[in-house]
Amino acid sequence: MSFFARFAQNRGALIGLIILMTIILMALFAPFLYPDSPWRMVQRPFLAPMEVDGFLLGTDTMGRDVAAGIMHGAWVSLLIGLVSTAVALIIGVPLGAIAGYYGGLIDDGLMRFTEFFQTIPNFALAIVLVAIMQPSVTSIVLAIAIVSWPPVARLVRAEFMSLRHREYVEAARLVGQTNRTIILRQILPNTLSPIIVLASLMVATAILLESALSFLGLGDPNVMSWGYMIGAARTVIRQAWWLSFFPGLAILLTVLALNLVGEGLDDALNPKLSRER
Amino acid sequence: MSEPVLSIRGLTIALPKGADRAYAVEDVSYDVERGEIMCVVGESGSGKSMAANALMGLLPKGVRPTAGEVIFDGQDLLTLTEKQHRKLRGLHIGMIFQEPMTALNPLMRVGAQIAEVFEAHGKYNGKERQAHALALLEEVGIPQPDKAIRAYPFQLSGGQRQRVMIAMALALEPKLLIADEPTTALDVTTQAQILELIRDLQKRRGMSVMFITHDFGVVAEVANRVCVMRYGQIVELGSAEEVLENPQHEYTRALIEAIPSNIIPEARGGERPAPLLEVKGLNKVFRSKGGLFKAAREVRALDDVSFSLAPGETVGIVGESGSGKSTLGRCVVRLERPDSGTLSLAGTDFTTLTGEELRRQRWRVQMIFQDPYASLNPRTRVGYAIAQGPMANGVTREQAMKQAGELLDLVGLGAVAVDRFPHEFSGGQRQRIGIARALALNPELIVADEAVSALDVSIQAQILELLEDLKQKLSLSLLFITHDLRVAAQICDYIIVMQHGRIVEQGTAEAVFLSPQEAYTRELLEAIPGRDHELESA
Amino acid sequence: MLYARLILMRLLKAVVVLFMIVIFNFFLIQMAPGDPAAILAGEAGATDQEFLRQLRERFGLDQPLYVQLWRYVSGIAMLDFGYSYRQQMPVLDLILARLPATLLLTGTAFVLSLALGILAGSMAAARVKKPSGSIIMALALIFYATPLFWVALMAVVLFSVYLDWLPAYGMYTVGAGLDGFALVLDVAKHLVLPATTLALFFMAIYTRMTRASMLEASQQDYVKTARAKGLSPRVIQRRHILRNALLPIITLAGLQAGQMVGGAILTETVFAWPGIGRLMYEALMQRDYNLLLGIFFFSAALVIVFNIITDLVYRLADPRIKEGS
Repeated sequence: MSFFARFAQNRGALIGLIILMTIILMALFAPFLYPDSPWRMVQRPFLAPMEVDGFLLGTDTMGRDVAAGIMHGAWVSLLIGLVSTAVALIIGVPLGAIAGYYGGLIDDGLMRFTEFFQTIPNFALAIVLVAIMQPSVTSIVLAIAIVSWPPVARLVRAEFMSLRHREYVEAARLVGQTNRTIILRQILPNTLSPIIVLASLMVATAILLESALSFLGLGDPNVMSWGYMIGAARTVIRQAWWLSFFPGLAILLTVLALNLVGEGLDDALNPKLSRER
Repeated sequence: MSEPVLSIRGLTIALPKGADRAYAVEDVSYDVERGEIMCVVGESGSGKSMAANALMGLLPKGVRPTAGEVIFDGQDLLTLTEKQHRKLRGLHIGMIFQEPMTALNPLMRVGAQIAEVFEAHGKYNGKERQAHALALLEEVGIPQPDKAIRAYPFQLSGGQRQRVMIAMALALEPKLLIADEPTTALDVTTQAQILELIRDLQKRRGMSVMFITHDFGVVAEVANRVCVMRYGQIVELGSAEEVLENPQHEYTRALIEAIPSNIIPEARGGERPAPLLEVKGLNKVFRSKGGLFKAAREVRALDDVSFSLAPGETVGIVGESGSGKSTLGRCVVRLERPDSGTLSLAGTDFTTLTGEELRRQRWRVQMIFQDPYASLNPRTRVGYAIAQGPMANGVTREQAMKQAGELLDLVGLGAVAVDRFPHEFSGGQRQRIGIARALALNPELIVADEAVSALDVSIQAQILELLEDLKQKLSLSLLFITHDLRVAAQICDYIIVMQHGRIVEQGTAEAVFLSPQEAYTRELLEAIPGRDHELESA
Repeated sequence: MLYARLILMRLLKAVVVLFMIVIFNFFLIQMAPGDPAAILAGEAGATDQEFLRQLRERFGLDQPLYVQLWRYVSGIAMLDFGYSYRQQMPVLDLILARLPATLLLTGTAFVLSLALGILAGSMAAARVKKPSGSIIMALALIFYATPLFWVALMAVVLFSVYLDWLPAYGMYTVGAGLDGFALVLDVAKHLVLPATTLALFFMAIYTRMTRASMLEASQQDYVKTARAKGLSPRVIQRRHILRNALLPIITLAGLQAGQMVGGAILTETVFAWPGIGRLMYEALMQRDYNLLLGIFFFSAALVIVFNIITDLVYRLADPRIKEGS
């Protein structure tokens, strides 16, 4: 069975993929559909959804178009989610690979380091980092990457530890392959599927983290994001619940879609067929 | 003869769609008589344990009987509801499994797990249950039963756990005991004890036993009657004597002959030439790391081990699990570094080599691994997997691939196999690929670590034949590590017996097998299943 | 005896981790753009030259780096977390005053999420391939994907604004002058929304984990043994499958403790719950970095306490570790 056929067997994953595609398209077409800055005041404030034509989701406390904000916010969420996950992988994969492959003191040292980062409450650390580095897309990406690499390192380490004593790896050592070749050619390709699955879930978590930071007022002041929109509308929740509702729904759908896709990837990449006896 | 305890008639069990065949077993009929041990024998995939699982109502999901009946106590077990089945299990039919290490709940005390059987069938009150559990533990011969009853499974050895399983299965004195490969995961000496226990209990209690195994040696030890299965069908059915002495079907004959047994190693005489491999005073201790407050634990895996191996010779290292035989092999190929002692190969000291120097010399000693499923990278094409060795040692890719094709031809797979992935091959074929890989570097010495242990007997015989053949053609020097004395007898010139990291006895194969000097060697030899049978028939 | 030793070990490790966090904090201040004294004083305090001078002197900001580090670390070792210029109070007093509220909130949410998560997960495991099982898992997935602060806001809209069932803000009714049981009831009422919304996300995690872990455990050989004994499915499910499946969940619960303390920041912010999370938000709004770092330190300490507790529970549950000497 082909990869996609296995993926498509999971109906949830297919739905997730469709939602995700829609959001990506939203992000791509935002500059064309809403060429104006989402920060611009375009109408009376507190318009309810559909109250005035052309303002599908109404306007916020300052008269900005909520729909424009959501479209532009999609771009920021996806970008920060992807880039911070990539950075986390760049930190976590080599650390985990080296710790798992060499073991011993190197492993001990690296794992103490990883454990330290795991003990610190993630979100509090991210807040402190962004607050002190000053909020910007770069500082947010860095903060999210710094709090999310430990699980990657642990996963890669565990995979490497179980694979390094696998007989084909020992055979590779015996025929005289170098450690570099063994790590890159023999072991790493066999750890890719769990890493890909984890990465797709990490993008989801990163988006949640970013929205939480923006909600607390730690978003990049130059870009519109979903979390910021909810945070800004928090004080007027009694009068205008929809201002918080729609951006939140956007986050929920994006994260949900990514999780569904992640599960689909897991099914497709790691078929849990019963081992033959 | 009185009515059989169990009567299987025309049983057919369907496999789920997409399996490699439609039926797990097809139109199978046999009886288990009162007070007999009925052995159901077959290789993996023969469907030998299917009937047992069906009558217990323990078939895996998606697998279901489609025809036939299984009569026990006057009722057809296949028509029972789950609830009725449950009443039967444990009470009238007991069952034990292959893996004693995982068959007990790791979080419950042994006594509580036995008492559960009484609880499940509403027998006795709390205190009585413990008393009965204690009596059972005594009956199955667990040392210090009063302590064992409060033990957790991880505190017991494999053999002891299997005894607990037996105690559990026999708790309510069932009429029928089903034993599904109960000794396969055990060492030979432990296996012999468990077999004796089962035979003993069967006689004492006069119960019937359905004994499922792949090993004709075990059959010879315990069976009254035998049912040989293959691809889900019965090949041969008869009394143990008939089947073993005078097999009618060629498959049965092949299986019996495939047991490397009746061969008493022939003397390969003469002086041993100057050694290729010389091992002197090798020591290796494994330490589990202690914490600040935790004492470190030490296991002496190798204790002053010395031996030598001449060019063109096959030396067998024989021992049970924990004997240090695998550690020895791993030290010789330098996957482990010995703590002290020397290991020299044709004059080069292999013990002290490290880093780049070691990597360059590695081609001289190669290894054939145990598990054909783990020894090949699932993402690497077979030809490339073989070519990697020469390429790491400076041969061009083109040249190495060409050679890989020739080697695949040599091991009987044909050069066309180069472009295929490991999952396209069976276990035996993969083992051939592993052999080709070991040969690719033209090594001076090959270490085979349990190289045939994971294979079915008939495949095992083919691989041994291939090795024998290659030995002649290429005058290989082979260090052959195995737990199976029958295999060692077939291929080795010289035998080393190990126990607890020490060499107990070493000598020519003939000397070790025919006139063992040490008590442990004799114990090992006596524990070989089916041995008495061979002597009678010899 | 063994436990005393174990706790001692864990405390030792905790001290090392906390020490590293202090050093981490120190370098964070150093790395930040601008004058460290101004950062410590916070935005409002930075204009007060006298206060800045005091700070410089206290931390020896004109001294070499290692002297500064030493002063900072030894200050914290004496439980001196500095002074919050904005709130006109020592940081330690501020935090200690708010700590009980956070403990109450996170503790309740922890127990709630674990209990309900395990319950829902085992129900879903027993109903694989049945609609009811799928519904549980779908709900778990949705809660898992929902932003905590958003659920909190929506809960306020629904249960406080529209239905008017529960109070939306604070920990007790201000000015009601309640005591005794009435006060407990009042706090409990205020606790319902924050604790539930905080628990929801973690409940989703435990539900998914419990189900996966139980399905895995049900494949084990000992379950087949249990069936061969003739035990009823309920006993097998509870005594053999669930007990073994719980071990990885205890480990996970320990790992999730840190996330929960982080989640409390959001929940307390939305519900104006007077805990250290809310305090952190206030510090953030006022750019009161000294207070921020102090809270950061305490939240890490809180996580360590949670970790030690789950570690001890694990040892109670798994005999293999207890006697593994």
